[in-house]
Amino acid sequence: MSEAVMVSTKVNGDVVEFACPTDEVLLDSLRDRVGVTGVKEGCGTGDCGACSITLDGQLVCACLVLGVEAGGREIGTVEGLVEDGQLHPLQEKFIEHAALQCGICTPGFLVAAKALLDNNPKPSETEIRYALAGNLCRCTGYDKIVRAVQAAAKDMRKSSSRSKKR
Amino acid sequence: MRYESPATTKEAVALLAKAKGEAMVLAGGTDLLVRMKTGLSDPALVVDIKRIPEMSEIKTTANGFRIGAAVSGAQMSAHKALCKAWPGVVEGTNLIGSDQIQGRCTMVGNLCNASPAADSVPAMIAAGAKAVVVGKGKRRTVPVEKIVTGPGTTSLKKGEVIEAITLPKPAKRTGDAYLRFTPRTEMDIAVVGVGISMTIQRGVVKKARVCLGAVAPTAILVPGAARVLVGSKLDDVALDKLAAACSKACKPIDDKRGTADYRIRVAGVLARRAAKIAYQRAGGAA
Repeated sequence: MSEAVMVSTKVNGDVVEFACPTDEVLLDSLRDRVGVTGVKEGCGTGDCGACSITLDGQLVCACLVLGVEAGGREIGTVEGLVEDGQLHPLQEKFIEHAALQCGICTPGFLVAAKALLDNNPKPSETEIRYALAGNLCRCTGYDKIVRAVQAAAKDMRKSSSRSKKR
Repeated sequence: MRYESPATTKEAVALLAKAKGEAMVLAGGTDLLVRMKTGLSDPALVVDIKRIPEMSEIKTTANGFRIGAAVSGAQMSAHKALCKAWPGVVEGTNLIGSDQIQGRCTMVGNLCNASPAADSVPAMIAAGAKAVVVGKGKRRTVPVEKIVTGPGTTSLKKGEVIEAITLPKPAKRTGDAYLRFTPRTEMDIAVVGVGISMTIQRGVVKKARVCLGAVAPTAILVPGAARVLVGSKLDDVALDKLAAACSKACKPIDDKRGTADYRIRVAGVLARRAAKIAYQRAGGAA
Protein backbone atom coordinates (compact mmCIF):
# COMPACT_ATOMS: atom_id res chain seq x y z
CA MET A 1 0.00 0.00 0.00
CA SER A 2 1.38 3.33 -1.05
CA GLU A 3 1.36 6.30 1.25
CA ALA A 4 -1.29 8.96 0.59
CA VAL A 5 -0.82 12.69 0.26
CA MET A 6 -3.43 15.45 0.49
CA VAL A 7 -3.76 17.14 -2.87
CA SER A 8 -5.44 20.50 -3.35
CA THR A 9 -6.13 21.45 -6.93
CA LYS A 10 -8.64 23.16 -9.21
CA VAL A 11 -10.86 21.20 -11.54
CA ASN A 12 -12.84 23.25 -14.06
CA GLY A 13 -12.45 26.28 -11.79
CA ASP A 14 -13.60 24.56 -8.60
CA VAL A 15 -11.20 23.93 -5.72
CA VAL A 16 -11.08 20.24 -4.83
CA GLU A 17 -9.13 18.35 -2.20
CA PHE A 18 -8.52 14.66 -1.98
CA ALA A 19 -6.21 12.13 -0.31
CA CYS A 20 -4.20 10.56 -3.08
CA PRO A 21 -2.01 7.46 -2.98
CA THR A 22 1.37 8.54 -4.36
CA ASP A 23 1.37 5.99 -7.17
CA GLU A 24 -2.16 6.75 -8.39
CA VAL A 25 -2.51 8.37 -11.80
CA LEU A 26 -4.52 11.56 -12.14
CA LEU A 27 -6.99 9.76 -14.41
CA ASP A 28 -8.04 7.55 -11.48
CA SER A 29 -8.02 10.45 -9.00
CA LEU A 30 -10.32 12.49 -11.22
CA ARG A 31 -12.73 9.63 -11.84
CA ASP A 32 -12.77 7.95 -8.43
CA ARG A 33 -12.02 10.75 -5.98
CA VAL A 34 -13.28 13.92 -7.67
CA GLY A 35 -16.14 12.24 -9.56
CA VAL A 36 -15.24 13.75 -12.92
CA THR A 37 -16.07 10.77 -15.10
CA GLY A 38 -15.89 12.53 -18.45
CA VAL A 39 -12.22 11.60 -18.34
CA LYS A 40 -12.14 8.12 -19.88
CA GLU A 41 -9.61 5.34 -19.65
CA GLY A 42 -8.70 3.75 -22.95
CA CYS A 43 -5.17 2.39 -23.08
CA GLY A 44 -3.75 3.84 -19.87
CA THR A 45 -0.37 4.31 -21.59
CA GLY A 46 -0.72 7.64 -23.40
CA ASP A 47 -1.51 6.25 -26.82
CA CYS A 48 -5.26 6.75 -27.23
CA GLY A 49 -6.05 10.20 -25.80
CA ALA A 50 -9.37 9.19 -24.20
CA CYS A 51 -8.18 10.77 -20.94
CA SER A 52 -7.11 14.08 -22.53
CA ILE A 53 -7.31 16.99 -20.09
CA THR A 54 -5.60 20.33 -19.75
CA LEU A 55 -3.09 20.83 -16.94
CA ASP A 56 -2.33 24.53 -16.45
CA GLY A 57 -3.72 25.02 -19.95
CA GLN A 58 -1.51 22.36 -21.53
CA LEU A 59 -3.09 19.36 -23.24
CA VAL A 60 -1.92 16.13 -21.57
CA CYS A 61 -3.05 12.55 -20.98
CA ALA A 62 -4.34 12.16 -17.41
CA CYS A 63 -3.07 8.56 -17.40
CA LEU A 64 0.51 9.86 -17.66
CA VAL A 65 0.27 12.28 -14.74
CA LEU A 66 0.41 11.26 -11.08
CA GLY A 67 -2.48 12.55 -8.99
CA VAL A 68 0.00 14.06 -6.52
CA GLU A 69 1.54 16.14 -9.32
CA ALA A 70 -1.72 18.07 -9.67
CA GLY A 71 -1.29 19.98 -6.39
CA GLY A 72 -1.72 23.71 -7.02
CA ARG A 73 -2.36 23.22 -10.73
CA GLU A 74 -5.48 23.93 -12.78
CA ILE A 75 -7.19 21.06 -14.51
CA GLY A 76 -9.69 21.32 -17.36
CA THR A 77 -11.90 18.42 -18.46
CA VAL A 78 -14.78 17.96 -20.88
CA GLU A 79 -17.18 18.90 -18.06
CA GLY A 80 -15.70 22.41 -18.19
CA LEU A 81 -16.69 22.92 -21.82
CA VAL A 82 -20.32 23.66 -20.96
CA GLU A 83 -20.91 27.29 -20.06
CA ASP A 84 -24.16 28.43 -18.40
CA GLY A 85 -25.77 25.18 -19.44
CA GLN A 86 -24.86 25.81 -23.07
CA LEU A 87 -22.96 23.14 -24.94
CA HIS A 88 -19.67 24.28 -26.48
CA PRO A 89 -19.82 24.76 -30.29
CA LEU A 90 -17.56 21.71 -30.64
CA GLN A 91 -20.08 19.62 -28.71
CA GLU A 92 -22.94 20.96 -30.86
CA LYS A 93 -21.09 20.15 -34.06
CA PHE A 94 -20.06 16.68 -32.89
CA ILE A 95 -23.78 15.94 -32.41
CA GLU A 96 -24.79 17.57 -35.68
CA HIS A 97 -22.17 15.73 -37.72
CA ALA A 98 -22.66 12.43 -35.87
CA ALA A 99 -18.99 12.53 -34.99
CA LEU A 100 -19.39 9.85 -32.37
CA GLN A 101 -20.75 6.38 -32.04
CA CYS A 102 -19.82 4.59 -28.82
CA GLY A 103 -18.66 7.85 -27.22
CA ILE A 104 -15.66 6.64 -25.23
CA CYS A 105 -13.18 8.70 -27.24
CA THR A 106 -15.44 11.75 -27.52
CA PRO A 107 -14.47 13.68 -24.35
CA GLY A 108 -10.80 13.33 -25.25
CA PHE A 109 -11.43 14.48 -28.80
CA LEU A 110 -13.41 17.49 -27.55
CA VAL A 111 -10.72 18.56 -25.08
CA ALA A 112 -7.95 18.09 -27.67
CA ALA A 113 -9.94 19.91 -30.37
CA LYS A 114 -10.62 22.80 -28.01
CA ALA A 115 -6.90 23.03 -27.20
CA LEU A 116 -6.22 23.18 -30.93
CA LEU A 117 -8.82 25.88 -31.63
CA ASP A 118 -7.67 27.97 -28.65
CA ASN A 119 -4.23 28.21 -30.29
CA ASN A 120 -5.26 28.10 -33.92
CA PRO A 121 -8.78 29.36 -34.72
CA LYS A 122 -8.45 28.49 -38.41
CA PRO A 123 -6.68 25.15 -38.74
CA SER A 124 -6.35 23.39 -42.08
CA GLU A 125 -7.63 19.84 -42.41
CA THR A 126 -4.04 18.58 -42.20
CA GLU A 127 -3.43 20.60 -39.03
CA ILE A 128 -6.60 19.17 -37.48
CA ARG A 129 -5.56 15.62 -38.36
CA TYR A 130 -2.08 16.11 -36.88
CA ALA A 131 -3.44 17.81 -33.75
CA LEU A 132 -5.84 14.92 -33.17
CA ALA A 133 -3.33 12.18 -34.00
CA GLY A 134 -3.06 11.42 -30.30
CA ASN A 135 -6.76 10.60 -30.09
CA LEU A 136 -7.94 7.23 -31.33
CA CYS A 137 -11.49 6.43 -32.39
CA ARG A 138 -12.35 2.90 -33.41
CA CYS A 139 -15.88 3.72 -34.64
CA THR A 140 -16.19 6.73 -36.91
CA GLY A 141 -13.17 6.57 -39.18
CA TYR A 142 -12.28 10.15 -38.16
CA ASP A 143 -13.79 11.94 -41.14
CA LYS A 144 -16.90 13.07 -39.30
CA ILE A 145 -14.76 14.23 -36.38
CA VAL A 146 -12.61 16.35 -38.68
CA ARG A 147 -15.73 17.83 -40.34
CA ALA A 148 -17.23 18.62 -36.94
CA VAL A 149 -14.07 20.42 -35.81
CA GLN A 150 -13.96 22.40 -39.07
CA ALA A 151 -17.63 23.38 -38.65
CA ALA A 152 -17.14 24.38 -35.01
CA ALA A 153 -14.06 26.44 -35.89
CA LYS A 154 -16.06 28.26 -38.55
CA ASP A 155 -18.91 28.97 -36.10
CA MET A 156 -16.53 30.16 -33.41
CA ARG A 157 -14.76 32.51 -35.81
CA LYS A 158 -18.13 33.97 -36.84
CA SER A 159 -19.28 34.55 -33.28
CA SER A 160 -15.93 36.02 -32.21
CA SER A 161 -16.00 38.51 -35.12
CA ARG A 162 -19.60 39.38 -34.16
CA SER A 163 -18.61 40.06 -30.56
CA LYS A 164 -15.68 42.18 -31.75
CA LYS A 165 -18.01 44.34 -33.88
CA ARG A 166 -20.30 44.91 -30.93
CA MET B 1 6.16 4.65 -3.04
CA ARG B 2 7.48 7.93 -1.74
CA TYR B 3 6.87 11.00 -3.89
CA GLU B 4 9.00 14.11 -3.50
CA SER B 5 8.95 17.35 -5.48
CA PRO B 6 11.99 19.32 -4.30
CA ALA B 7 12.55 22.98 -5.14
CA THR B 8 16.28 22.74 -5.90
CA THR B 9 18.60 20.45 -7.84
CA LYS B 10 20.68 20.02 -4.67
CA GLU B 11 17.71 18.58 -2.79
CA ALA B 12 16.86 16.30 -5.70
CA VAL B 13 20.41 14.97 -5.80
CA ALA B 14 20.44 14.42 -2.01
CA LEU B 15 17.16 12.50 -2.16
CA LEU B 16 18.39 10.27 -5.00
CA ALA B 17 21.82 9.71 -3.47
CA LYS B 18 20.51 8.36 -0.18
CA ALA B 19 17.57 6.45 -1.63
CA LYS B 20 17.29 2.77 -0.84
CA GLY B 21 15.81 0.63 -3.57
CA GLU B 22 14.72 1.85 -6.98
CA ALA B 23 14.73 5.65 -7.23
CA MET B 24 13.48 7.38 -10.36
CA VAL B 25 13.46 10.95 -11.62
CA LEU B 26 10.05 12.08 -12.85
CA ALA B 27 10.09 14.76 -15.53
CA GLY B 28 7.31 14.37 -18.12
CA GLY B 29 6.48 10.85 -16.97
CA THR B 30 5.63 9.70 -20.48
CA ASP B 31 8.07 6.79 -20.16
CA LEU B 32 8.20 6.30 -16.37
CA LEU B 33 4.44 6.09 -15.79
CA VAL B 34 4.07 3.58 -18.62
CA ARG B 35 6.88 1.51 -17.10
CA MET B 36 5.17 1.64 -13.71
CA LYS B 37 1.81 0.67 -15.17
CA THR B 38 3.25 -2.28 -17.07
CA GLY B 39 5.28 -3.46 -14.08
CA LEU B 40 8.70 -2.79 -15.62
CA SER B 41 9.43 -0.29 -12.88
CA ASP B 42 8.34 -0.27 -9.23
CA PRO B 43 10.20 2.63 -7.65
CA ALA B 44 10.47 3.13 -3.89
CA LEU B 45 11.12 6.82 -4.53
CA VAL B 46 10.02 9.16 -7.29
CA VAL B 47 11.63 12.61 -7.44
CA ASP B 48 9.52 15.04 -9.48
CA ILE B 49 11.84 17.73 -10.89
CA LYS B 50 9.13 19.98 -12.35
CA ARG B 51 9.08 22.32 -9.35
CA ILE B 52 12.78 23.12 -9.70
CA PRO B 53 12.92 26.52 -11.42
CA GLU B 54 16.25 26.05 -13.24
CA MET B 55 15.03 22.74 -14.62
CA SER B 56 11.75 24.18 -15.89
CA GLU B 57 12.89 26.99 -18.15
CA ILE B 58 14.73 27.72 -21.37
CA LYS B 59 17.43 30.33 -20.84
CA THR B 60 19.18 32.27 -23.55
CA THR B 61 22.79 32.72 -22.44
CA ALA B 62 25.83 34.42 -23.96
CA ASN B 63 26.98 30.98 -25.13
CA GLY B 64 23.66 29.78 -26.51
CA PHE B 65 20.73 28.06 -24.84
CA ARG B 66 20.21 26.21 -21.60
CA ILE B 67 17.16 23.96 -21.68
CA GLY B 68 16.08 22.64 -18.28
CA ALA B 69 15.57 18.90 -17.86
CA ALA B 70 11.85 19.35 -17.17
CA VAL B 71 11.18 21.56 -20.22
CA SER B 72 8.50 19.96 -22.42
CA GLY B 73 8.48 19.62 -26.18
CA ALA B 74 5.59 22.11 -26.27
CA GLN B 75 7.69 24.67 -24.39
CA MET B 76 10.51 24.22 -26.89
CA SER B 77 8.31 24.67 -29.96
CA ALA B 78 6.88 27.86 -28.41
CA HIS B 79 10.38 29.36 -27.96
CA LYS B 80 10.98 31.42 -31.09
CA ALA B 81 14.72 32.06 -30.66
CA LEU B 82 15.41 28.37 -30.04
CA CYS B 83 13.34 27.34 -33.08
CA LYS B 84 15.29 29.81 -35.20
CA ALA B 85 18.72 28.77 -33.93
CA TRP B 86 18.28 24.98 -33.82
CA PRO B 87 15.18 24.01 -35.83
CA GLY B 88 16.41 20.42 -36.21
CA VAL B 89 16.64 19.91 -32.46
CA VAL B 90 13.14 21.29 -31.93
CA GLU B 91 11.73 19.21 -34.80
CA GLY B 92 13.38 16.05 -33.48
CA THR B 93 11.87 16.63 -30.03
CA ASN B 94 8.47 17.49 -31.52
CA LEU B 95 8.37 14.10 -33.25
CA ILE B 96 7.99 12.39 -29.87
CA GLY B 97 4.36 11.28 -29.63
CA SER B 98 1.15 13.27 -29.92
CA ASP B 99 0.32 16.81 -28.81
CA GLN B 100 -0.71 15.29 -25.47
CA ILE B 101 2.76 13.73 -25.10
CA GLN B 102 4.43 16.95 -26.26
CA GLY B 103 2.78 18.71 -23.32
CA ARG B 104 4.91 16.61 -20.97
CA CYS B 105 7.80 14.85 -22.71
CA THR B 106 11.33 16.21 -22.31
CA MET B 107 14.61 15.94 -24.22
CA VAL B 108 16.44 14.78 -21.12
CA GLY B 109 13.83 12.11 -20.46
CA ASN B 110 14.13 10.99 -24.07
CA LEU B 111 17.92 10.84 -23.60
CA CYS B 112 17.91 9.02 -20.25
CA ASN B 113 15.26 6.51 -21.34
CA ALA B 114 18.14 5.46 -23.60
CA SER B 115 16.14 4.00 -26.47
CA PRO B 116 18.30 3.62 -29.60
CA ALA B 117 15.39 5.18 -31.53
CA ALA B 118 14.98 8.33 -29.41
CA ASP B 119 14.13 11.13 -31.85
CA SER B 120 15.63 14.09 -30.01
CA VAL B 121 19.02 12.46 -29.45
CA PRO B 122 20.63 12.42 -32.95
CA ALA B 123 19.51 16.02 -33.43
CA MET B 124 21.07 17.07 -30.10
CA ILE B 125 24.32 15.26 -30.84
CA ALA B 126 24.52 16.77 -34.34
CA ALA B 127 24.03 20.22 -32.81
CA GLY B 128 26.86 19.67 -30.32
CA ALA B 129 24.58 19.64 -27.28
CA LYS B 130 26.00 19.00 -23.83
CA ALA B 131 24.39 17.65 -20.68
CA VAL B 132 24.86 19.41 -17.34
CA VAL B 133 25.21 16.48 -14.92
CA VAL B 134 24.85 17.25 -11.22
CA GLY B 135 25.89 14.84 -8.50
CA LYS B 136 26.48 15.25 -4.79
CA GLY B 137 28.85 18.19 -4.43
CA LYS B 138 29.92 18.27 -8.06
CA ARG B 139 28.73 19.10 -11.48
CA ARG B 140 30.15 18.18 -14.88
CA THR B 141 29.33 19.02 -18.45
CA VAL B 142 29.27 16.00 -20.74
CA PRO B 143 28.75 15.79 -24.51
CA VAL B 144 25.31 14.22 -25.09
CA GLU B 145 26.88 11.35 -27.08
CA LYS B 146 28.64 10.20 -23.87
CA ILE B 147 25.42 9.74 -21.88
CA VAL B 148 23.80 6.66 -23.40
CA THR B 149 25.91 3.49 -23.15
CA GLY B 150 23.44 0.96 -24.59
CA PRO B 151 19.71 0.24 -24.85
CA GLY B 152 18.23 1.37 -21.52
CA THR B 153 21.58 2.21 -19.90
CA THR B 154 23.41 5.48 -19.27
CA SER B 155 26.74 6.64 -17.86
CA LEU B 156 24.99 8.50 -15.01
CA LYS B 157 25.99 7.32 -11.54
CA LYS B 158 23.66 6.82 -8.57
CA GLY B 159 22.56 10.19 -7.29
CA GLU B 160 23.40 11.99 -10.52
CA VAL B 161 20.80 13.90 -12.50
CA ILE B 162 20.92 15.88 -15.70
CA GLU B 163 19.89 19.42 -14.81
CA ALA B 164 19.85 20.84 -18.32
CA ILE B 165 20.98 20.51 -21.90
CA THR B 166 23.08 23.28 -23.35
CA LEU B 167 23.14 24.14 -27.02
CA PRO B 168 25.85 26.42 -28.39
CA LYS B 169 25.04 29.68 -30.06
CA PRO B 170 25.13 28.64 -33.72
CA ALA B 171 28.00 30.11 -35.74
CA LYS B 172 26.95 32.31 -38.65
CA ARG B 173 25.54 30.38 -41.61
CA THR B 174 24.83 27.27 -39.57
CA GLY B 175 21.85 25.03 -40.20
CA ASP B 176 20.59 21.77 -38.73
CA ALA B 177 17.96 19.21 -39.57
CA TYR B 178 16.56 15.96 -38.23
CA LEU B 179 14.63 13.47 -40.30
CA ARG B 180 13.30 10.12 -39.31
CA PHE B 181 11.66 7.40 -41.28
CA THR B 182 8.53 5.72 -39.99
CA PRO B 183 5.95 3.70 -41.93
CA ARG B 184 3.22 6.05 -40.64
CA THR B 185 3.21 9.85 -40.66
CA GLU B 186 2.59 10.27 -36.92
CA MET B 187 2.69 8.37 -33.63
CA ASP B 188 5.40 5.91 -34.57
CA ILE B 189 8.94 4.97 -33.60
CA ALA B 190 11.91 5.69 -35.85
CA VAL B 191 13.16 2.96 -38.18
CA VAL B 192 16.07 5.30 -38.93
CA GLY B 193 16.79 8.84 -37.71
CA VAL B 194 19.42 11.24 -39.03
CA GLY B 195 20.53 14.52 -37.47
CA ILE B 196 22.92 16.80 -39.35
CA SER B 197 24.29 20.24 -38.59
CA MET B 198 26.68 22.21 -40.75
CA THR B 199 28.32 25.60 -41.08
CA ILE B 200 29.04 26.94 -44.55
CA GLN B 201 31.06 29.77 -46.06
CA ARG B 202 30.44 30.98 -49.62
CA GLY B 203 28.48 27.82 -50.24
CA VAL B 204 31.28 25.52 -49.07
CA VAL B 205 30.73 23.29 -46.04
CA LYS B 206 33.28 24.24 -43.37
CA LYS B 207 32.10 22.14 -40.45
CA ALA B 208 29.58 19.34 -40.12
CA ARG B 209 28.28 16.82 -37.62
CA VAL B 210 26.26 13.77 -38.63
CA CYS B 211 24.47 11.51 -36.16
CA LEU B 212 22.39 8.40 -36.83
CA GLY B 213 19.63 6.97 -34.65
CA ALA B 214 17.87 3.57 -34.52
CA VAL B 215 20.63 1.81 -36.47
CA ALA B 216 22.90 0.76 -33.57
CA PRO B 217 22.58 0.14 -29.79
CA THR B 218 22.97 3.91 -29.26
CA ALA B 219 22.75 6.98 -31.45
CA ILE B 220 26.07 7.19 -33.28
CA LEU B 221 28.12 10.18 -34.31
CA VAL B 222 29.68 9.46 -37.72
CA PRO B 223 32.79 11.62 -38.17
CA GLY B 224 33.54 9.90 -41.49
CA ALA B 225 30.21 11.08 -42.88
CA ALA B 226 30.88 14.64 -41.70
CA ARG B 227 34.37 14.60 -43.27
CA VAL B 228 33.08 13.89 -46.78
CA LEU B 229 30.84 16.95 -46.56
CA VAL B 230 33.56 19.37 -45.49
CA GLY B 231 35.05 21.24 -48.45
CA SER B 232 32.11 20.37 -50.71
CA LYS B 233 29.27 22.50 -52.00
CA LEU B 234 26.98 19.58 -51.23
CA ASP B 235 27.09 18.39 -54.84
CA ASP B 236 25.91 14.94 -55.87
CA VAL B 237 29.36 13.42 -55.38
CA ALA B 238 29.48 14.64 -51.76
CA LEU B 239 25.93 13.44 -51.16
CA ASP B 240 26.75 9.99 -52.57
CA LYS B 241 29.78 9.76 -50.29
CA LEU B 242 27.68 10.91 -47.33
CA ALA B 243 25.06 8.25 -48.02
CA ALA B 244 27.72 5.56 -48.34
CA ALA B 245 29.48 6.63 -45.13
CA CYS B 246 26.19 6.63 -43.21
CA SER B 247 25.13 3.23 -44.52
CA LYS B 248 28.56 1.83 -43.66
CA ALA B 249 28.34 3.11 -40.06
CA CYS B 250 25.06 1.29 -39.35
CA LYS B 251 24.99 -1.75 -37.10
CA PRO B 252 21.25 -2.30 -36.98
CA ILE B 253 19.01 -5.13 -35.90
CA ASP B 254 16.07 -6.73 -37.69
CA ASP B 255 12.78 -6.03 -35.97
CA LYS B 256 9.11 -5.63 -36.78
CA ARG B 257 9.69 -2.08 -38.03
CA GLY B 258 12.38 -2.93 -40.55
CA THR B 259 15.16 -5.32 -41.46
CA ALA B 260 18.82 -4.50 -40.91
CA ASP B 261 19.42 -4.26 -44.69
CA TYR B 262 16.50 -1.90 -45.06
CA ARG B 263 17.75 0.35 -42.24
CA ILE B 264 21.24 0.47 -43.78
CA ARG B 265 19.81 1.62 -47.09
CA VAL B 266 17.35 4.12 -45.62
CA ALA B 267 20.11 5.69 -43.46
CA GLY B 268 21.87 6.81 -46.63
CA VAL B 269 18.70 8.12 -48.26
CA LEU B 270 17.64 10.09 -45.19
CA ALA B 271 21.14 11.50 -44.66
CA ARG B 272 21.10 12.99 -48.17
CA ARG B 273 17.72 14.63 -47.50
CA ALA B 274 18.68 15.92 -44.06
CA ALA B 275 21.96 17.31 -45.40
CA LYS B 276 20.10 19.27 -48.08
CA ILE B 277 17.75 20.79 -45.51
CA ALA B 278 20.61 21.70 -43.14
CA TYR B 279 22.54 23.23 -46.05
CA GLN B 280 19.55 25.36 -47.10
CA ARG B 281 19.00 26.47 -43.53
CA ALA B 282 22.66 27.49 -43.35
CA GLY B 283 21.94 29.77 -46.30
CA GLY B 284 23.28 27.57 -49.08
CA ALA B 285 21.55 27.54 -52.47
CA ALA B 286 19.55 24.35 -52.89
